[in-house]
Parts: sequence; C-alpha cells; structure tokens
Amino acid sequence: MTEGRGKPVGLSGDLAVAYAVKQADVDVIAAYPITPQTIIVEKLAEYVNDGELNAAFVPVESEHSALSAVVGASLAGARVFTATASQGLALMYEILWIASGLRTTVVMALANRALSPNINIHCSHDDAYAARDAGWIQFFAENVQEAYDLTLLAFRVSEDKKVLFPSIINLDGFILSHSLERLLVLDDKEVKEFLPPKEPVNPIDPDNPKTYGPLDLYDYYIEHKRQQAEHFKASYPRILELMREFSEFAGREYKPIKTYGLEDAEVAIMILGSSAGTARYVARKLRAKGEKVGVISLTLYRPFPVNELLEAVKGLKALAVMDRSYSFGSPGAQLFMDVTAALINAKEKPLMFNVIYGLGGRDLMPDHIVQVFEMAKQVAKEGEVKEAQVWVGVRE
Amino acid sequence: MEKELKLIKSIKEIPIREDFAPGHRLCTGCGIPQLVRMVLKAIPGPKVVVNATGCLEVATTIFPYTSWKVPWVHNAFENAAATASGIEAAFRILEKKRGIKRPKIIVFGGDGGTFDIGLQALSGALERGHDLIYICYDNEAYMNTGIQRSSATPKGAATTTSPAGRVIPGKLERKKDLIGIAVAHGVKYAATMNPAYPIDMYNKIVKAASIEGPTVLHYFTPCPTGWRADPSKSIEIARLAVLTRIWPLYEYEDGKYKINVLVKKPRPVEEYFKLQGRFRHLLDPKNKWLLEEIKRDIEENWRRLLRLAGIEE
Amino acid sequence: MSTKKLGWRELPIGAIITTPGNSVEYKTGAWRALKPVYHKEKCVKCLLCWIHCPEPAIIRHEDDTIEIDYDYCKGCGICANVCPVKAIEMVMER
Repeated sequence: MTEGRGKPVGLSGDLAVAYAVKQADVDVIAAYPITPQTIIVEKLAEYVNDGELNAAFVPVESEHSALSAVVGASLAGARVFTATASQGLALMYEILWIASGLRTTVVMALANRALSPNINIHCSHDDAYAARDAGWIQFFAENVQEAYDLTLLAFRVSEDKKVLFPSIINLDGFILSHSLERLLVLDDKEVKEFLPPKEPVNPIDPDNPKTYGPLDLYDYYIEHKRQQAEHFKASYPRILELMREFSEFAGREYKPIKTYGLEDAEVAIMILGSSAGTARYVARKLRAKGEKVGVISLTLYRPFPVNELLEAVKGLKALAVMDRSYSFGSPGAQLFMDVTAALINAKEKPLMFNVIYGLGGRDLMPDHIVQVFEMAKQVAKEGEVKEAQVWVGVRE
Repeated sequence: MEKELKLIKSIKEIPIREDFAPGHRLCTGCGIPQLVRMVLKAIPGPKVVVNATGCLEVATTIFPYTSWKVPWVHNAFENAAATASGIEAAFRILEKKRGIKRPKIIVFGGDGGTFDIGLQALSGALERGHDLIYICYDNEAYMNTGIQRSSATPKGAATTTSPAGRVIPGKLERKKDLIGIAVAHGVKYAATMNPAYPIDMYNKIVKAASIEGPTVLHYFTPCPTGWRADPSKSIEIARLAVLTRIWPLYEYEDGKYKINVLVKKPRPVEEYFKLQGRFRHLLDPKNKWLLEEIKRDIEENWRRLLRLAGIEE
Repeated sequence: MSTKKLGWRELPIGAIITTPGNSVEYKTGAWRALKPVYHKEKCVKCLLCWIHCPEPAIIRHEDDTIEIDYDYCKGCGICANVCPVKAIEMVMER
C-alpha cells in the first residue's frame, strides 16, 4: 500500500484508534475496560478531561450497559463510540442485535481476544466472529495504520444515510493493540471535512415523537427482518464507494479484499488480521524462488465481499482458509464456512481446506505459513482434500 | 398546556391533556396507566420515556400501534437505566455542542426490570448521577411473563414460582428495600407512591422532576390479574396497603425522611389479604406461623421508618 | 382498526412507529362484560373517576363533568368503585 497523506507518528493500535475517535469529534463514549482495549478507553478519558475532546464520557458499570448506553445516545442523534474485547463482547451480545435492528450508528473497536475458558487475554478472532450474524459492518485492520484509517472510515460509513448500520473495527489483541508502529495521521481539519457532524435520521425529538423498539407479533417480525436484510445488502455498494472516497482523501487504497500474487498463483492462503502480513512476507520469499503462491485477506468482512472473492479465486487450484477461532461441531470454522458458502455455486472454484491457528495468542510463525502452503500444494497436486481441517502450531 | 412544574392541592388542578392514548392492551383494572398518565401530566415540556421490557412496554407498543405521544424508547429488559444514561449524556453534550434543547428523561421499569435483572444498570446510573427520574411500577412479581416471583414479591405471596404449596406456602423471602438502595447511592429524592393518594403522587412526581440529578420513585401497582383480585377494587386495595402499614407511603428528601400517611391505628392486614387470591392461603390456620411472621415484619419495618423520620412512637 | 398490513418496503426504517398515539385505532371497548353508566345529576365533579381510569376512557369536560368513552372502556369498574356519591353504576353489557 502506498504511504499516502499525513504526519508520521509512532502509536500502538489502541492509541491510534483513540486518536481517530478524538479527531472524529465523537459526542458520547460509553465503555468498560477490558484487556487489551483498556488503553483506548483510558486515552479517551484523558482527552475528555484535558478538554481536548468535547464529548460525554460515560464510565458505565459493564459492557452490556456500555452498548445499551451508546444505542440510546445514537437514537438521540449523537455520534457514538465504544470498545471492547472477548468476554465484554460476549456480554454485549444481546444488545448487538438491537443496535443493528434499530439502525443505530455505533462504532466499536474490538481488540480481538480469545473467549474463556480458560481466561486468556491474547489474540483470537472468537469475538469478531461472535458478532458476525448480528448485522454489524465489520472491518479487519492488518496494521496500526489501518486501525487508525478504518476507525475514521467507520464513522463515515455507519452514519451514511444509505447505510445506517453500526460497525466494528477489528484489531488483533496485543499484536496490534499494544504494538508500537509507525503510521501517518491526517490533519484535524482534513478529518473534519471527511467527517462532518452526524446528520441523524429519525432522532429522538419531542416535537416529532416516535416509538423506538416496539413489540412485533408474527404479523410483522419477518417483514422487519427482511427490510433489515435487504438494507444491509444494499449498503455494500455504498460502503465500497465510501472506501474509494477515503482512499482518495488519504492517498492510501482501501478495498474490501486484498490479494497478493493471485495473477498467477496456483495455491493461496486466506487469512484475516495482522497475520496476513506474515503470510505475505512468506509468499514474497516463496515467489522469489518461483513458487506460484498467493495470499487473500479481507479488509471488509461483513457484508462479505462475495463477488470480489469469486473473482479473486479464479485460477486457483487450492485455497487454505485460515481461522483464528474455532466453531465446535461445525463443518469448518467460521471463515471457512463463509468462504465455502460464498463459492459453493461458482463454476470455477479451488479445492478448499481449513487451518486452525493462533488461538489465545499462539504466534503464527513464517514456518507455519510455509507448512500451510506445502499442504495446499499437496492438495492441488493430488486433486483432492484428504483432511478438511488441520491445526498448525499446536503441541500434539 | 402547562409550562411549569407546579405542586397541587386538588385533583382539579391536574392538567387535562393526555399524552398517553387508550387502545393499549393492559389488563382490565391495571394500576400502571394511572401512573403513566400522572407522570406525563405532571411534567411539562419536552420529555423522553425509556421503558424496560415488561407489562407496560409490551402492552402499549404492539406494532403498528403505540399509545405514546412522547418519544419512547425500548431497548431490552435489564438496561432501561443504562439506555437512559446514554440518552441523557447525548442530550447534555448535544446541548453544549449544538444548542439542542434537553428533554426530561423518565425511565419506567417494572419490579422485575428494576429490583432484579435491572438492578445493576440502575445502580450504575444512580452512581454516575445522570439527570433522570427512575420510576418503578411495582406489581410485585414478573407479571408480563405470567406472575413469577421477583425480589419485590412480598413475603407469603403466592406466585407461579413461589406457589402456595403443601410444603412451602408461598414466597418465604422478604421484599427488597428499593428506597433504601436508592438512598445508599446518594440520590437527593426518593419516594413511594400509591394510586389511592393521587395528589400526594402528583406532587412527588413534580418534586422529583424539579431536581437535577437522579431521583427514584417507587409506585404501588395494583394488578388484578396477578393478585387474583377484583379489578374494580384496585384503588381500595391500594389504600388498604397503606392503612395496614404493609406498604408505607413515605419520602426521602435531602437527607430527611417523612412519612406522608402516618397510620396511627393500622387496619388488620387480614383485610388487605382477603381481597387478593395471592394471599388467601395466609388466612388458613395451618399457615398462621407465616402470617405472624409477616405481621412482625410489618411492625419492625414501621418502627424503622418512624426512627428514620425522627418520630416518637 | 387498520386492516392493511404493510410489506417490508413500506415499513418505517428501524422498525419504529412514527404515528404517536395511534393505539386509538384499536377499540378495547369490545373487552367489556360490565359497562359503566354515568348519572350526571348525582355527579359532584370530584374527578376521581377521571384520574383513576386506566385507559383513559373517561373524558373530562370543561365544567369538570365527565363522559365515558365506550370505544375503550374495558369495564373494570374502578370508576364506579371510587365515586364518592355512586354517580356511576355498573350494568351488564348487552
């Protein structure tokens, strides 16, 4: 990716997200601390108490109340933000659905962390996947620059009148949240141009009283859900448009899907989050030796970029879909299920298998990636998938 | 339309305007609407209502109908206070940043959504000091889901999860003290309200609304369906609750307790119990021990309130 | 009562209801078994019936007399019970 515009600074993922939220001139923040998101919340409290950010900081007593509060604040017409991880997201689960169904514009940073048991504060994508059915737009940041950029983009996307759905920015716990990286931050004035104040749709207004969150019996529920479904689908082209707008504005390209080496790759790995960088690093080395390998990663996970993926996998013989989570009793882990469903009816699609990695912060090393490419090459050579799901980096 | 908060001396002074429309599906003789109508009449100006899941929420907003003529928000069961906190914070900051006028925020929660599943959110909201009026309409059980016991169900009452059985005759635990919980959080005003005392009720709403910061009102809600009582006797039952001292009418204002109806000669609690199917088993001689325990509890609680109010017995 | 049910394209976004107080389209008067009859000549205009009615199905007039709104009255009988002069009488709904 080209460097684009902005002033170079060194920040951790959490600090970069907080900085973006400050520049976005958010109105209400309600969040409960949980490792590895705590720095976001602490920094925002500092900005508010130092008078650098004119926002209401609500130190709620749990994550469930955090999301409940920002749902209320969004309905009141405010630009809102919250952040959490792992158990906190699990506690918010009930309200995730409500936040989407009521068409709030909540922006949430998710510092991806494993779900208990056992209690583990390190990176897994469990929490990101847990939200995938609830109707939230989901971005995945690969590095701190993306965490910063995508936070700004998320406000613009969620509040857009053709979208009006809440969004999540995923950043790998500790790997991105706590690692200091160099990034370019945009100028405050420029950000204000890209992100003017929120123009709420149907806000709480005593002069125009509305009832939010009524009861549906069986004569209306499915119509309401259908509408939400169709609107969520219809938001996809608009999200792409806004990504293009942002790309122009920042001078850094953002697309729903990132491909490397797919012009001629025979096998590829599909992977989300910071590990995509590792995969690309290994792929580059292998390609230099003449191996036809590639990497696919997603910047936009929900709505799932089906057409872009169909296009990307043309010509591939085998695809290893890597999941940093697990779904018990399922035909594959979460991303694998998404990908196979997306490609099921394609006339041209690769053989696919699922690789489980990195749970609870277990590092994904270049050697593991080499191993996975080897497996993929084997599958391509044999023309069949003997093991649909394998684990890497686990002591047997 | 009334522009100011005003204490009243007679029912005639209560504004005529209704911001709560009929056509809702609350039970015949339900005690909740009287509360809602009073609150919306007593508080002038722009208002927002936040409602926890429960009888009031479900029966008044069955899509596509709504009985509410003010903005009304329902999120989930246990988070009315948290949702209201977010709305309050939003309007505060939007007023500062964009001059948008702040409405009064009123939260309605049943005893379920307040005493039990909603207690955490209420505690958080009170501690943070949001400017809102939290009103618990207490019909003493989870009525909307079919009369299951809550921690507001009085001792001895029969509910579907504390039935008056052959071995255990009803709920054996005592009722939680909501006013005590509110006071422990440092609220400036908290009070109990009863529909049989409408002027006292109206004025308490006015007082709560005149205070900046969180206030808690605890409303006695007759429930003919759940209490197995004659709907036409709802107000009579409500009055007996006060006159038997089982449900005292009192308020806490700026550190001082005041008993609004100082019952000198209490009516026997049996008079209150015999009007309600949920208590009738207590009049059975084999349950006399429980009835005696309840009477001792009532006396103890009354003496406690007298002490708090600084009244010699 | 509104009979036309909207399809998903026409429903307000976010499942909200944009018509305040439209529950008046649902006539709960059909619930009644007993119905209140108002004897105006006895009325002392205390307004207790008005303030206690749950629907509300009692309309308060300028002169503080009342009128029962039979479209919504569920026949609970609270009004008859609280009236200090028995100006309201409950009779069987025919």
